[in-house]
Amino acid sequence: MRQKKPRLIVTFETTAMALKMEKICHAAGAPGRLIPVPREITAGCGMAWMAEPEELEQLQAVMRAGNVTPQGIHVLEGKSNGNSV
Amino acid sequence: MIYLDNAATSLHKPEGVVLAAADAICRLGNAGRGVHEATLAAARVVFDARDKLATLFHVGDPTRVCMMFNATDALNTAIGGLICPGDHVVTTAQEHNSVLRPLYRAQQQGAQLTIVPMDRKTGRVSEADILAAIRPDTRAVVCAHASNVTGNVLDIETIGTFCREHGILFIVDAAQTAGTFPIDMQQMGISVLCAPGHKGLLAPQGTGVLCAAEGVEITPMRVGGSGVHSFSHTHPTDYPTALEAGTLNTPGIAGLSAALDFIQRKGVETIHAEEIALARQFYKQISLLDGVTIYGDWSTDHRAAIVTLNLEGWDAGELSDVLMQEYDICTRAGAHCAPLVHKTFGTQAGGAVRFSFSCFNTEDEALAAARAVAELAQEGD
Repeated sequence: MRQKKPRLIVTFETTAMALKMEKICHAAGAPGRLIPVPREITAGCGMAWMAEPEELEQLQAVMRAGNVTPQGIHVLEGKSNGNSV
Repeated sequence: MIYLDNAATSLHKPEGVVLAAADAICRLGNAGRGVHEATLAAARVVFDARDKLATLFHVGDPTRVCMMFNATDALNTAIGGLICPGDHVVTTAQEHNSVLRPLYRAQQQGAQLTIVPMDRKTGRVSEADILAAIRPDTRAVVCAHASNVTGNVLDIETIGTFCREHGILFIVDAAQTAGTFPIDMQQMGISVLCAPGHKGLLAPQGTGVLCAAEGVEITPMRVGGSGVHSFSHTHPTDYPTALEAGTLNTPGIAGLSAALDFIQRKGVETIHAEEIALARQFYKQISLLDGVTIYGDWSTDHRAAIVTLNLEGWDAGELSDVLMQEYDICTRAGAHCAPLVHKTFGTQAGGAVRFSFSCFNTEDEALAAARAVAELAQEGD
């Protein structure tokens, strides 16, 4: 098994919203990328935005400004259990 | 070949459309199915197209722009997903069967339908008559922005403003105006905008769009593969996934996205000005001929670039065939899927011949078509 670092995971109801997230993050120079939704999170569309946990506030500001509605925001620790933010 | 059947489908596409569609076939995966680079590339192309459509039609939120396969698909989705037994719906005699047949089906299932008539001479439908047909139990007004036979344009902002003020759904068929007339969903009070990609939007066939205003929730016609919530027995309800079951026409949408760049650069107003100038030139040349009957209101250029006519002594189908065989000109004969228009004009037996222009046509082509009609008019005497 690969060692997992803590990750911030943002999920969305639709792929379109996930793509909107990517677009506004790229435009704003905000960190992260699209990944398949980790298995620890059963909700959301198949795509999630992954960034570092400490980048949460920056991403929340970008989402507010870009009118992106997340379905959920989670922090996944290095182990398998995650916490909703 | 002179192509004057742009109201059916635009044949001349911007160069970028062809390249984008070809590139999509070679390079793109299935949007929304997995998160590898090929699928992400497809999803980005589709999202960009949504974003551009949201800007063009002032939708507000690009996630409320749903990809369809044509305008008929969009209209079936909107009408079938919003009209219930017992609802009253107002529509007009100028509608295409893509509006009428879903409404007739709703009527068979218990909806009530009022069809506002056209003026027998000009083909115009009065906006005041549409508003007068609205009742306390009216659920929706469904109408075309422009007729595909006469080219007459309705003042949809007047209708939409009234509908919004009275809580009535306003479903607009923009088959003949998307890409050639400014459409502002929010300002015009449009609840659902339905448009094909392959006409004025200059995209490949197999593309269409349905834009749903805030608060309008449509029950999907198609359910199935969505790429998400796979273990749920029900289809996702969030736009655009709610209305996009199954794999999208990604190559077509890539072409649409490139076409939207062209339209944005050139400008909708410029595109309309160019094509209506050609239609007007053709109209002027033929309107004084003996034995020609031209349908529609030509007192204004605020109309679609469509000239529909009959020549005395000619069957419409034969006239269109001779134009093709002897003059190399493509036109559309028949009823144009708009039965009530032809019933109004008394042309249900033979139909009429439609010449429809795009900004890719030229003055030489318009004049050549006019010369051909003039020659054939003499022959019909």
